[in-house]
Amino acid sequence: MQFGIFSVSDITRDPVSGQTPSEAERIDAVVQIAQKAEEVGLDVFAIGEHHNPPFFSSAPTTLLGYVAGTTKRLILSTATTLITTNDPVRIAEEYSMLQHLSKGRMDLMLGRGNTAPVYPWFGQDIRQGLPLALENYNLLHRLWREDVVDWKGKFRTPLQGFTSIPRPLDCVPPFVWHGSIRTPEIAEQAAYYGDGFFANNIFWPKEHYIRLIRFYRQRFAHYGHGTEAEAIVGLGGQAYIARNSQDAKREFRPYFDEAPVYGHGPTMEDFMDSTPLSVGSPQEVIDKTLTFREYFGDYQRQLFLVDHAGLPLKTVLNQLELLGAEVVPVLRKEIAARQDPQTPEAPTHASLVAAAYGDQAPRQARPNANRGDNVTGTSPYQDSAPEAVATYPSL
Amino acid sequence: MNNNQDAGIHRLVVVSAGASDPSSTRMLADRVAERVSALAAQRESSVQVRFIDLRELATEVSAALVSGLTGPKLRGAIAAIGDADGLIAATPVYKAGPSGLFTSFFQVLDDDLLIATPVVLAATAGTARHALVVDEQMRSLFAYLRATVVPTSLFAATEDWADPAFAQRIDRAARELVLLVESGFAQQVRDEAWDSYQHEFDSAADDEVSVDLDSDMMRLATGGSAS
Repeated sequence: MQFGIFSVSDITRDPVSGQTPSEAERIDAVVQIAQKAEEVGLDVFAIGEHHNPPFFSSAPTTLLGYVAGTTKRLILSTATTLITTNDPVRIAEEYSMLQHLSKGRMDLMLGRGNTAPVYPWFGQDIRQGLPLALENYNLLHRLWREDVVDWKGKFRTPLQGFTSIPRPLDCVPPFVWHGSIRTPEIAEQAAYYGDGFFANNIFWPKEHYIRLIRFYRQRFAHYGHGTEAEAIVGLGGQAYIARNSQDAKREFRPYFDEAPVYGHGPTMEDFMDSTPLSVGSPQEVIDKTLTFREYFGDYQRQLFLVDHAGLPLKTVLNQLELLGAEVVPVLRKEIAARQDPQTPEAPTHASLVAAAYGDQAPRQARPNANRGDNVTGTSPYQDSAPEAVATYPSL
Repeated sequence: MNNNQDAGIHRLVVVSAGASDPSSTRMLADRVAERVSALAAQRESSVQVRFIDLRELATEVSAALVSGLTGPKLRGAIAAIGDADGLIAATPVYKAGPSGLFTSFFQVLDDDLLIATPVVLAATAGTARHALVVDEQMRSLFAYLRATVVPTSLFAATEDWADPAFAQRIDRAARELVLLVESGFAQQVRDEAWDSYQHEFDSAADDEVSVDLDSDMMRLATGGSAS
């Protein structure tokens, strides 16, 4: 079981100090937060993607590349990468590059994005969001697996003789999670390809996610990737920890009350009763998190949201200390003791390489020579399958 | 979508947005409910009535509007409405429109919760000048929800309470509701045509994981390009 944190990259006024961090301050802070996650023993750091203020994370692979270069063990991921407004060709290229630079310490989570104005900025239409996401991923999936892709779809210019470079590290594509709140088609796509499914699990009562995860598990088994219990599930969660319950509630309440999205609505206590939010002592956070597997089944990845709603850096780093020292070690032990021993681990680059090659050395892509016009001719790599023939468009 | 019609017991839910306790809106809703029960008894069926006073749900309704979070009392109300064979919906008129609480409550419900359910609409006001609020504002809301609103709308201004003609209108609306409920119309629509209405996955109206796997989007989820 992997534990980590995910950030939506919001830049929010601290309601206690009244200060709003600058973009520069918040970007510096998130790097320290990611590095701290590794230092305290967490497994995963994931960053969101946005294209408007008050967020900063428009270029996740740049941030994650830097974090990869300054960490040793941490898995870098996203929450989420926009599969709608990004060109799937650019996603294939950028994340493949990140995979090489991080030596496979990465995966990614795809989401549609629900900010309507973003779509037209990238030439898209939110009303087509679902078919766009599904078609784009079908293409992305091929780009990482086929040396040469000929492709024609509704939303992007056709591809003829296209090779996405660099080929994935060891020619094993990054593992993909599909994030969705209430779209069975996304769960179906995740199940069809044997990918992971992630339920953000933050804003709504748990009942809401139980059916979608059950559907994903059923379809995962239907497509022959394993049993329902072997499907790869990730969950979000949200915690604020202090030594004792009273301090936790007192410290977090002003941030809860002013939080974007759910602030000014339900009371913190009501929200804790009906969502995964825990605000309390380490033991209270442990107890609540342990209930998740009872609702959703044994799962592979738990991410906590800790750096949002204007919480200052010092507080977030302190939260990570508590999470790493007092919460996650207990969760690891308790979950290991409770879960079905057959529960698979979340796929990593090493496990995917082993699954693909066994004892054989992984394929390394070595291009054929430049023909003189900056292409390699009909076969991109020295060992490309003979049937993978590039036919370039003629003018 | 359950139905107790076999047992001859009809579940009636009365939603009132009256603000005081007791309120004239609730009194009007009670009168309709009593009339429905009496008429049903004459016809040898019976009615089980559940009252939902929206004033008790006010904070949960507003929290649901701004955050999507559905509190426990609101969840209970939604479950009752989803199981109802008939509904009486009553509101005071404020500033020439239904109470914001009334409108907000029906706005946070899933779109498909009330498909075909027979509904009596009722409103109270301090002046007869608001008489068209029921037909011009409330009826369109329930049309959106695809409920079956009975032909007779009820509206009570101060002077109507003592008017025998108003008692007659209550009787008419109650009878229309009883006949629609007894006919099993809503259940038949749902049994025969449920799939032809738009639904959202995990809507409160949906008992089962009924995902249509035979759709263009589901096919696109398993490879290929959009057409």
